[in-house]
Amino acid sequence: MADTGVVETLLQRIEKVDGGADSQEVAASLGVDHQVIVGAVKSLQTLGDVISAELRSSKHWELTEEGTEIAEQGSHEARVFNSIPLEGLPQAELMKLSFGKIGFSKAMSNKWIRVDKSHDGGPRIFRTVESIHDQVREKLLLAKRGDAARLDEKEKNELKKRKLLAEVTVKSYWITKGNSFSTTVTKQETERTRRPFKPYNFEAMGVAPDCGHLHPLMKVRTQFRQIFLEMGFSEMPTNNFIESSFWNFDSLFQPQQHPARDQHDTFFLSDPSLAHHFPMDYLERVKKVHSEGGYGSQGYKYDWKMEEAQKNILRTHTTAVSARMLYKLAQQEKFTPVKYFSIDRVFRNETLDATHLAEFHQIEGVVADYGLTLGDLMGVLHQFFTKLGITKLRFKPAYNPYTEPSMEVFSYHEGLKKWVEVGNSGVFRPEMLLPMGLPEDVSVIAWGLSLERPTMIKYGINNIRELVGHKVNLQMVYDSPICRLDS
Amino acid sequence: DELCFEFGLELDEITSEREIISKEQGDSKASEASDVILYKIDVPANRYDLLCLEGLVRGLQVFKNKLEAPRYRRLSPDSGESQRLIITKETAAVRPHAVAAVLRNITFTQERYDSFIELQEKLHQNICRSRSLVAIGTHDLDTISGPFTYTAKAPGDICFRPLNQTKEYTATQLMSLYKTDSHLRHYLPIIEDKPVYPVIYDSNGIVLSMPPIINGDHSKISLKTKNVFIECTATDLTKAKIVLDMIVTMFSEYCAQPFTVEQAEVVYPDGKTCIYPELAYRKEKLSGEFINKKVGIRESTERIAQLLTRMCLLSQPTGVGDEIEVEIPPTRPDVIHACDIMEDAAIAYGFNNITRTTPRTYTVANQFPLNKLTELLRQDLAAAGFTEALNFALCSQEDIADKLGKKISETRAIHISNPKTAEFQVARTTLLPGLLKTIAANRKMPLPLKLFEISDVVLKDESKDSTFFPGRCAEIFVRGTSVGRLGVLHPDVIGRFELTMPCSALEMDLEPFL
Repeated sequence: MADTGVVETLLQRIEKVDGGADSQEVAASLGVDHQVIVGAVKSLQTLGDVISAELRSSKHWELTEEGTEIAEQGSHEARVFNSIPLEGLPQAELMKLSFGKIGFSKAMSNKWIRVDKSHDGGPRIFRTVESIHDQVREKLLLAKRGDAARLDEKEKNELKKRKLLAEVTVKSYWITKGNSFSTTVTKQETERTRRPFKPYNFEAMGVAPDCGHLHPLMKVRTQFRQIFLEMGFSEMPTNNFIESSFWNFDSLFQPQQHPARDQHDTFFLSDPSLAHHFPMDYLERVKKVHSEGGYGSQGYKYDWKMEEAQKNILRTHTTAVSARMLYKLAQQEKFTPVKYFSIDRVFRNETLDATHLAEFHQIEGVVADYGLTLGDLMGVLHQFFTKLGITKLRFKPAYNPYTEPSMEVFSYHEGLKKWVEVGNSGVFRPEMLLPMGLPEDVSVIAWGLSLERPTMIKYGINNIRELVGHKVNLQMVYDSPICRLDS
Repeated sequence: DELCFEFGLELDEITSEREIISKEQGDSKASEASDVILYKIDVPANRYDLLCLEGLVRGLQVFKNKLEAPRYRRLSPDSGESQRLIITKETAAVRPHAVAAVLRNITFTQERYDSFIELQEKLHQNICRSRSLVAIGTHDLDTISGPFTYTAKAPGDICFRPLNQTKEYTATQLMSLYKTDSHLRHYLPIIEDKPVYPVIYDSNGIVLSMPPIINGDHSKISLKTKNVFIECTATDLTKAKIVLDMIVTMFSEYCAQPFTVEQAEVVYPDGKTCIYPELAYRKEKLSGEFINKKVGIRESTERIAQLLTRMCLLSQPTGVGDEIEVEIPPTRPDVIHACDIMEDAAIAYGFNNITRTTPRTYTVANQFPLNKLTELLRQDLAAAGFTEALNFALCSQEDIADKLGKKISETRAIHISNPKTAEFQVARTTLLPGLLKTIAANRKMPLPLKLFEISDVVLKDESKDSTFFPGRCAEIFVRGTSVGRLGVLHPDVIGRFELTMPCSALEMDLEPFL
């Protein structure tokens, strides 16, 4: 906003004047920068018809920096002339002076000086005339005074060529009184209210505020985390994508010949290819239960190989972490019941399609306590799924190498009018728990589901590549609503 | 659908032959096809007894109390002399084990024949791990004569007319012949590079089969076959026995004496003999209380015994307290622990009939500190105007090295073996490439693009230098700078250089000392 002082002064000036005033002249006479006057003009224009400002441009001649220097000190050639005494000046000396070079050639062409090339001590310059008339300087002084019009075109162009004079376009405003002219600046509010307000266009989109966004899959993860914490489940440390086959398969009583341990289903590491640190006495017990049986089991009766167990892989399930945690629990002096959960990334080397990627997130819950029953597992599942807004559940017998009994969990989908699978669950086998050292009457129940599936259902996404990975459309992330799992 | 759900089967699809052809090849081709309703049922991976229609129907009927589970019996032959399969020592190098049995006076129809062949294929895929662990051969006993010899010979020395061919081939020729066979070429690698190939002859030198590739045409089974000789060769004896038991229990139904199997004798290189099939019935005792406690029900001992019997696990209360004696038939090799029995009791009871209860486990929950901090940071990063990205942990070597101006060897990255594409070569060591790729895929979005990601990266643990024996190596520091390592070399390293003695080593950079 322009300084009201300037505005008012301007208005007063306009009032006094007949016709109008030029903004450049006003600026000059007030001793302010032209832009300040421009600002005042603009500001007055917003108030309505107070003034009328017509943009004008005019050209006039201005001295360049060099031109200003000459106007003050004289042209190069005149200065050369003036610096030569009666006895003359060695050329070399002259060239040392700042105006020497240019001035010399000009002075020579004006025939003001001459050079005696054969003089002793080198070429010497002498005056040829008694005095000179510094026309260039005079012309520049004229232009400086504003009388450039007195110079003819040829003279002006010559000076322009020597870069002493330049033609500049000056914009100015021709300011005249407007219809509502007054010397005081008021908001004229009464005027405004008489004019109707522009009606809102409810169809128009507003400007979206600048903000950050959380990824929908992670939003769903946060909700599941909340649910587990509300149910008293502690989070397991799952910050290890790499696992040994021993913890991922063998400790879970999954035999070494099982198809899931194939190259086709699991990512094996070429570097580092093998793991070396295992609790050896536990490992021996695992080896025995696989190859010979024990703990009331027939075992699988095959040759258990150490090299197979050592192979490093990208974990295929977070149950590997659950195994580590249960083993740790079994090493405690006295058993304490626990509830654990994890939600983290797992890797499968299977065929990829619209709903399957090599990487996805698994949700897992585990409860270990004395005397847990299959009925208890159903109860926990019911509590868990109720928090997701799912209350109608049905259980189907299934098979997992490491749980017995195993149950697939189904819920009734009102929209599709059919039962759909929402998770997998089971009771860990004694062949897995007893070699760890857990007491015999301790049961461990567990269940799991994928994170991607409920997210895709909740956010209406059909292809998993639109949800996970770098090819995701950020607009989807920008637009995704908050995650409310229970409604 | 209900029945399948209760029993633990998945009813995948209800269709017909006509529908299938219609879908795959168009309506015109389908007009000749059968309209008979087909049910596609998915069976649990550990239930080999449900892999054929015979077994599936039998199981369901016993489950519904419509049938009593049959008793499978091994008989010695009427003539007195069992069929013999003699294993020679040469097989030890390639496929050491074999078992055999005979189905006497069997009657095949087209359907039974198809089912017989199909079961073999399913077993081959499933428990036999694509024939690598066990291979099944079935032969018309009347076209061959024992005793049979199971041996291994150089490929050039094996010559016979294989199934469905008109002329004879040597084994070497067969290897090339089947390279283009879409079905058989997957099995060639199992024996291809071995010096000798397995082969079974009868007493007249006729080739019964060259496991695991192909049977001989001479002894092939037809609808008219009355006596079947079954042989299973294997690298895993336990599985071979299970497979044999499975085939004979399923199809002995069609023998003149149903559910009987004629024994066969297998003679080992050391002279030891075994009679097959084992058809073992194993007994296990457990208490009714065990079942009740684990499942969460309260059934009487008698009732539990009845439930188990419905699952083909014939059971009786012994009379001693609540003890139950359970007989596990040869069709149930999946039952290896009392918990398997307990599950079957629960299935027979009906999972959805079990009262759900709430465990009284009291716990106070803790968050994993790393995740807790991450959650806090995510919120504030979004509040600061950044958008969260979720990128893959697996990527190409280029992504974490070349594109970032580094050499892959400098990155401490872990490498995946046999990646299918470049996108699965390594695990990310930094989150940067993922974010940059996300921006590249969203070029058209309005600027500014402000992204963040808080997640795991994978870095090799350099402190566990795999060159050295763990716990027996050290890094050398001079004035605070690492100049080298020393230690005892890892046995794997020593072995790779074809050395055998323990070895210690030191390696140091001299330049810092200049």
